Amino acid sequence: MKAIPLRVPLGLSLTLLLLSIFGCGSAGTQPGQFQVTTTAAPNVQSVTVNSGPSSILGPGSNYVDGAFTSVTVCTPGSTTNCQTIDGILVDTGSSGLRILSSALSVTLPQQTDSSSNPIAECAAFADGITWGPVQTADVKMAGELASSLPIQVIGSLNFPTVPADCASQGPAEDDLVSLGANGLLGVGSSIEDCGPDCATTGPFSQGAYYSCPTTGCVDTTEGLAQQVQNPVAAFATDNNGVILELPAVTGEEGSVNGALIFGIGTQANNGLGSATVFGTDSLGNFTTIFKSTRYSTFLDSGSNAIYFLDATTTGIPVCNDISFLYCPATAQKISVTNDGTNGASGSVTFTVANADLLLSNPASAAINGLAGPNSLGGFDFGLPFFFGLNVYTAFDGKATPAGTGPYIAY
Amino acid sequence: MRLKSLFAMSIAIVASAFPHSAGASLGGDLSSVRDDQMKLQGTLRMTSKNAYNVHEIQASNGIVVREYVSLSGNVFGVAWQGHSHPDLRQVLGANYDQFAKAVQAQRAQRHGRGPLLIEQPGLVVQTGGHMRALVGKAYLPQNLPAGVGPEVIR
Repeated sequence: MKAIPLRVPLGLSLTLLLLSIFGCGSAGTQPGQFQVTTTAAPNVQSVTVNSGPSSILGPGSNYVDGAFTSVTVCTPGSTTNCQTIDGILVDTGSSGLRILSSALSVTLPQQTDSSSNPIAECAAFADGITWGPVQTADVKMAGELASSLPIQVIGSLNFPTVPADCASQGPAEDDLVSLGANGLLGVGSSIEDCGPDCATTGPFSQGAYYSCPTTGCVDTTEGLAQQVQNPVAAFATDNNGVILELPAVTGEEGSVNGALIFGIGTQANNGLGSATVFGTDSLGNFTTIFKSTRYSTFLDSGSNAIYFLDATTTGIPVCNDISFLYCPATAQKISVTNDGTNGASGSVTFTVANADLLLSNPASAAINGLAGPNSLGGFDFGLPFFFGLNVYTAFDGKATPAGTGPYIAY
Repeated sequence: MRLKSLFAMSIAIVASAFPHSAGASLGGDLSSVRDDQMKLQGTLRMTSKNAYNVHEIQASNGIVVREYVSLSGNVFGVAWQGHSHPDLRQVLGANYDQFAKAVQAQRAQRHGRGPLLIEQPGLVVQTGGHMRALVGKAYLPQNLPAGVGPEVIR
């Protein structure tokens, strides 16, 4: 077995190392602070990049490049009827807390509509859908509390029948294997997981929220306050964004420790420092320029690799056995320019290494260089992008010292 | 957003014309396109290229779907974008079961979450994006018109 512990060298050597990896090609672009916050504080939630809860299912089920944390959920108003659930994936690409029914033992009240019918949800992700009831919980992380927050319970035995217009949207992610985690902690820039589209009757509200009388679930509208939503935005304080801080990973490690900091510029430990702010559109997208061509881009800690362009455009071959990952003969440095909607621009260099080699050691869970094609949507900067950076996600409509979100910064 | 304004202009027309269907299916023939033509009121836009036509429509859940139809009337590619994915059974048609099986088979190779890329003999399906901004496409490589690459499907 591979030796797991990694001591992060905080200081000049790390700074120099990171500057060499994330070199600054454009004036005004500085990577953010590089230190991972380790001092306990009410807004500091520890995260770990490790092989995740699915690794108990066997060596082939280990998660690679996922940041996991623990979340405490309580029956609203109770301080005793609580459960702390680990193996929750930190996901800046979605909004809302979702927990597998199989991981949830505490009883939570079911959200109902005006006719007292239970509400359930079909949430769509890049690789599939989650189906299950909306329930209400007090959600606690570090020293912060989101009271009576609507969350999704995935794979509930009480809601076994996935509506046809939900199931047809993609593969079901309803267990540990298909979800890859005990739950998802969606802390993306959107407040709600659907937004105004689901609050009013129309085509956009189809296949999202459902009213579920005993006769079966039917499409319904769901008010903004009732929708499954970003738990951090629901905190009383430190609720305008998050910072995901992960140490640099130069090769592969069994696990590395990081932090999810709540709030931007609300405490002494969450200032923007020298980070560059990149404005995004309302959904968190901005632009990456590769070889003079502009592509749509987003940062997503819930993607486990840097997925970008395709083999034809990049000249990097995909793996023979795994066509969704790149397998260059030797590791390559890719330089691109990120271009925010606010005019901020800065170059970034990341590594693309041979995925077959990177994945050959099942004990490795934090791996730099994992990348794959994504010809659909330009760039999907997954977790390897976050290594060695403090990545800020400012929430939609929330004021911060650098202006109103949404934006990302690093 | 541009897409939103497009939606706003077209929702009223489309909602009545497309209560249930996303239109013709991948691999559909001339008759499936005629079926689509019957619902032409729902077409937001048709663009003609040298070797194919693009029908842009709105699926029942509000997703914008673009169908790529050869001059002989074969749907060789489909692309979509929106807050969710469209009805993949409808969009992929007879290819859906092959897609679903391939997804299951690929799970053993995957070590985390991320965009989906299914490359099967005769069928390619890609889904990606992130919550509230999802994208996807599917095409039949063998049915691409001469001189047309899969990159046009987007």
